[in-house]
This record gives sequence, structure tokens and C-alpha cells, in this order.
Amino acid sequence: MNTKVNIAGVELKNPVMTASGTFGSGAEYGEMVDLNRLGAVVTKGVANVPWPGNPTPRIAEVYGGMLNAIGLQNPGIDVFMERDIPFLKQYDTRIVVNVCGKTTEDYVEVVERLGDADVDLLEINISCPNVKEGGIAFGQDPKAVEAITREVKRHAKQPVIMKLSPNVTDITVMAKAAEAGGADALSLINTLTGMKIDIHRRTFALANKTGGFSGPAVKPVAVRMVYQAANAVKLPIIGMGGISTAEDAIEFLLAGATAVSVGTANFFNPYATVEIADGIEDYMRMYGVEDINELIGAVK
Amino acid sequence: MAQIKLEAEVRSQEKLAEGVYSMEIFSPQIAGQAKAGQFISVYTKDKSRLLPRPISLCGIDRAKGILRIVYRVLGAGTAEFSSYEAGEKIQIMGPLGNGFPLKDKKAILIGGGIGIPPMLELAKELSCERTAVLGYKDELFLNEEFQACGPVYVATEDGSAGTRGNVLDAIRANGVDGEIIYACGPTPMLRAVKAYAAEKGMECYISLEERMACGIGACLACVCQSKDVDSHSHVHNKRICKDGPVFEAQEVEI
Repeated sequence: MNTKVNIAGVELKNPVMTASGTFGSGAEYGEMVDLNRLGAVVTKGVANVPWPGNPTPRIAEVYGGMLNAIGLQNPGIDVFMERDIPFLKQYDTRIVVNVCGKTTEDYVEVVERLGDADVDLLEINISCPNVKEGGIAFGQDPKAVEAITREVKRHAKQPVIMKLSPNVTDITVMAKAAEAGGADALSLINTLTGMKIDIHRRTFALANKTGGFSGPAVKPVAVRMVYQAANAVKLPIIGMGGISTAEDAIEFLLAGATAVSVGTANFFNPYATVEIADGIEDYMRMYGVEDINELIGAVK
Repeated sequence: MAQIKLEAEVRSQEKLAEGVYSMEIFSPQIAGQAKAGQFISVYTKDKSRLLPRPISLCGIDRAKGILRIVYRVLGAGTAEFSSYEAGEKIQIMGPLGNGFPLKDKKAILIGGGIGIPPMLELAKELSCERTAVLGYKDELFLNEEFQACGPVYVATEDGSAGTRGNVLDAIRANGVDGEIIYACGPTPMLRAVKAYAAEKGMECYISLEERMACGIGACLACVCQSKDVDSHSHVHNKRICKDGPVFEAQEVEI
């Protein structure tokens, strides 16, 4: 039985990855799950310098999901290179570094610093809804998506995954723009912009007012967008959005994703990633699937 | 050994006051390694509510493998918890956080409202001279259980028991003194306690709370502002779940 998948020339032992921002750089969840069982660990977004993030409260629970407005708190590329990459190198898993920035130059600086680093893939976050500059500002305009993709590709030594926002009218336009800019793969979806109001305090539940909506409730939107993007571009797609079980992950594979990222589920089931990797194998045995690649995009 | 998430069995449920419940949970794996000031994540059965509720440990019986939490019903999640009866199987994760440092110094234990429960386990684990000062809005709970550990002073906002006012009013009214303060309660209370300790030159540890998602230091939701650069992100944001919930008072800006 083959569970290996290939993203832009990088072979993953299985399609299970972690969604950026939900898994740190693996150190905390590494106490609870065997990181060697994962296809890849996708790190929390890292910028050129440390970012303090947003004021609290940064999260709120909503029906079937949650809102977050962490604001990309991160230690910056220096600490990341010294601490987080060596930590992840102890494990037999692929390393995907999520890169964030306020300006094109910020992204390029991080990508260049990672040039000599022993990491496998770069995931460029142009879709964070919780920061004023950078983030989603790049991800909602196809011209900007294409331009930043091209600029990052010009400086990147590793294959580049562009992480797309679902907060757009037509996801295929953004997917095609990233492809035109030279992207090697796509990740989708980032969170949906949402809001919750505390009716007792008559204020916003989040200090940032709005936050990114994630969790099981967003899954149908994500599956639909992965399907649309997979049929619009030739690039491999990493699907994410509410994946909590192996059944959810398989749905994304069938819709056209080559790999999947598990995000919010880590918060309510810290063992979710490994359980999903195991569950995919169970599914393959149950249906006599010899090669996981047979499942990718099998539903047309 | 690190934190673990597992199925545990509810052993008892008791209403202590209006909206305040005491639940005992059988979990030898967590009870065996838990300390005063640590907390557990409790998961709802209702799958529309995803995130665990972080609840401090009010009691740890290592020999019997039983954890006790005393919690207030604030929303649908805690309302669900209060419906559990003995025998109910629930998902919990713990122990989480750092806990209180146990120092051999004459101690004042200050608890406000639903910040009172963790102080009870601390009172039991300390062996030095200690006084509990407990602040309530009106209805008392747990106060009698503190009596085995030393003097107990109570403050109520409505004056229905003890000193009318807050915990600092009770400390002043009763001439309570000590070398170290341990406190848990609402932020305005902790702010006042921090200022009081600084004024008196006392060592002071406070336990904070914030909305949490992961409970183990990964999601960066529950940060507080810290005086020094934090070890995780190298900014000034300590993680309440992982670096706390107990902090030396001067270490954090509240």
C-alpha cells in the first residue's frame, strides 16, 4: 500500500500535514504525538522580525468552529533558524515554513534567509485576515497575487506554495494568478473572515473585532474551493479547512487535494494528525486502494 | 511525564452555591502528576462546541487518583458539565500549566470568586503558617474547607458575611500579615493585590486566566504582557497556559 504523495518534487510519506498557526513549530504537540508519523509539519508563520500579535481576547468559540485573531505573533526568522528548524530536523518529517510579511520586501527577506536552510517547502501566507498590512491585502487582488508570487519565486531556493484566502468572489481567479506567477503548489483555504458579538457585554468577542473562522463548520466551503481550484490549475493543492477526521481528509483528496493540513482539530483533539494518518490507511485497506494517488481528484 | 488527554470518569457532582459546582473526576494518570495551581482542559460532549474549558484544580487526591474541580456555570459548556452525574465518561487533558511554587514562608492565600478553588489545594500543599482571605459577591462556598489549614477571613461585596468590601479590605480589617502572597481571582483584584504586595515589599504570585484554544502553548491565544522578553516569541507575551497560569506578580503587566 502506498501512502506517499508528491508536492512539487518533495515526497511526503503520507498526505497529512499541520495547518500553519495551529501547531507552533511542533515542539508543544511533539509531546503528545509522534511527529515522525506526519507527512510534514507546517510551521507558524515567520516574519523577518518578531511580531507581538494582537491584543487579547484573541479567540472566540462559535457554533461548530472558532474565530482567531492572533495576529501572527512570531519570534522572527533569527530565532526560528536557530531554534525551530534544528528541533524539526530531529524528526523524519518534511518541514514546510510558513512565511508572513507586511511588504513584498519582508517576504523576500525571509525567503532569502531560508535559502540555505534545510527545509523542504515554503508556504507563503498572503491570506491572513488578522493583520492590517500584508496578509490578506496581497491575497484578494489577482494582480498582487501574481506579482508577489513571481517576486518570491525569484528569490526562493525551495518550491513555493501560495496559501490562498477564501475571502474572494472566485477562488479560481486567485489560483490561476498564483500559477501564472510561477507557484509550485497552492494551499487553501485560509480562514474565513468572521465576527462574534458578546450580547451581554455589548462588545466584540475579539479585541480585533474580526477574526478568522475555522473548524468543522467551514469544511463544505473548503471542499468546494479545493475542487474548483483543482479543476482550474495544474498545480498540486494542499487542502485544509475543518479537517478533523480521516473521512474529512479523504473528502479533500477526492476533491482534488494532493495533501491535507489539519488545523483547528488539534485544539480539540491533540492526537488528530496521527489518527487521521492511521485512518486514511484503514480506509485504503477497507476499499482495497493500493496507491493513495488513485484517490486524488477521483471525484470529477 | 507530559500532559495527556484521556477519558475519565466523573465520581461526584455537587452544587456548592448558585451556579457553582464541585465535580470529582477519577484520573490516576493526571492526579499522579498534578500540582496546586495547575489546570485541566475539560471537553464538552456537544460537538458544536469545540474548545476545551480550562478549569483549575481545586483538589488533587494522588492516592485515590481523583481530581476535583470547582467551577462556575458561565455558558452552555459549563452548563453541560454541571449536568454530569457519577459514572459519566468525559474527555479531559492535563495537568496543564506550571502551578504555584511552594515556599516555606508565612503565607497569605487570596482567592476572589471562582479564583478561590485553586487556593484550596495550595492551602493543603503548603506546610508553613498560612491565612486564607476569600472574597465573594454574596453567597459563600468552600470557605469552611479552608479552616483545616489555618485562619480564614471572608469579604463580601454586600456585607452579608465577614468584611464588607473586597479581599484587601478584609486583610486590613483583620490585620492579616505574611511574607508571601498567592492569589487567584478577577483581574482588578489581582491588580490591587499586586500593588499591595509591592507596597508592603512582599513576594507575590498570581494566577491569570484568558481565553484558550490549545492549552499547551502552541496557538498563542492566551498571552499576557510580560515585563521581560518571552522565551517563545521573543516579544513581551508570556503564554498563560504554558508559562503560567501562575506568574511572579512583577513579571506580568496586568
